Amino acid sequence: MTNVIQSSASRRGFLGRTGTLSAVAVAMLAGKESMAQGMGGDTSKDVSILNVALGLEHEAINAYQLGAGSGLLQKPVLDVAVRFQADHKAHRDALIATIQKLGGTPVMEKKLDEYAKALKADTLRNQGDVLDLAARLELGAINAYLGVIPAFGNKDLAKVAGRLAADETMHYILLNNAMGRPLPAGALSFGA
Amino acid sequence: MKARTLSMWCALAWAFAGPALAQSQEMVPSVSRGQQLVESRCFGCHSVDSNRIGPALGGVVGRKAGKAEGHDYSKALAAATHTWTVAGLKAWLTDPEKVVPGQEMNYRLDLAQDREDVVAYLATLSKPARP
Repeated sequence: MTNVIQSSASRRGFLGRTGTLSAVAVAMLAGKESMAQGMGGDTSKDVSILNVALGLEHEAINAYQLGAGSGLLQKPVLDVAVRFQADHKAHRDALIATIQKLGGTPVMEKKLDEYAKALKADTLRNQGDVLDLAARLELGAINAYLGVIPAFGNKDLAKVAGRLAADETMHYILLNNAMGRPLPAGALSFGA
Repeated sequence: MKARTLSMWCALAWAFAGPALAQSQEMVPSVSRGQQLVESRCFGCHSVDSNRIGPALGGVVGRKAGKAEGHDYSKALAAATHTWTVAGLKAWLTDPEKVVPGQEMNYRLDLAQDREDVVAYLATLSKPARP
């Protein structure tokens, strides 16, 4: 499958910028020494939660790859999908670094075909289908991140989950907008 | 006077019984609400008929814990020996760590009514043909 991210000079330029973002994200999330210092005792539970989050990010990256590589997305939607995929890559990098900093082993990414099967990528017929899948995954991730916040033993990591949820919310709202769907009906709709 | 005393007792009885009645009414499970909850709370990691971050939910009631075909479980859950029942799933969703120490889901439903509804919906799902 063609990696759409590397298919144009402009996207390479974009990737270069997001590469920088990723490094910043790692520094902010994982490189924060005060965070590591505040993590006395058993951090295995926090590592397991972060690994679930990493699994979600792996899946999101591959879902956008499937969508972008399907040929079903047209510009400018394709560019947005690539941008969102870059966000998930930044999340992935930050989570991997944080898990390693805590002494854990990051969960491995599966093969693209496995994600395709689990997400029923063969049923995607048009741009709307791809956007709908992406929106469902983003909403699921929002609710998953919000749902595990109380389970973290470390408040800094709980904040990280909140920040990840914020990014996914931005993605979800924009995807819905691209599909012409309305805003959520009321306040406090996420995580409920 | 007697009638007034009677009505006062009735009011008191209702005051005490009311919340209990309301609670028992709330605990009637709603499959449709459960489906909505599963879609909003669980589909981040689960699907009905595919193993994703978590195992397929289809056929979970009656399935041996940690044994969904083709899913890569945590060590703790893979070593579990129980079978998922309605009551067991409610306990799991109340506090997964209490049911299987070392599990990796770490997600819970705080409200009893939500657990009732979610498990009622899960009980309607049959085992996927090919997870």
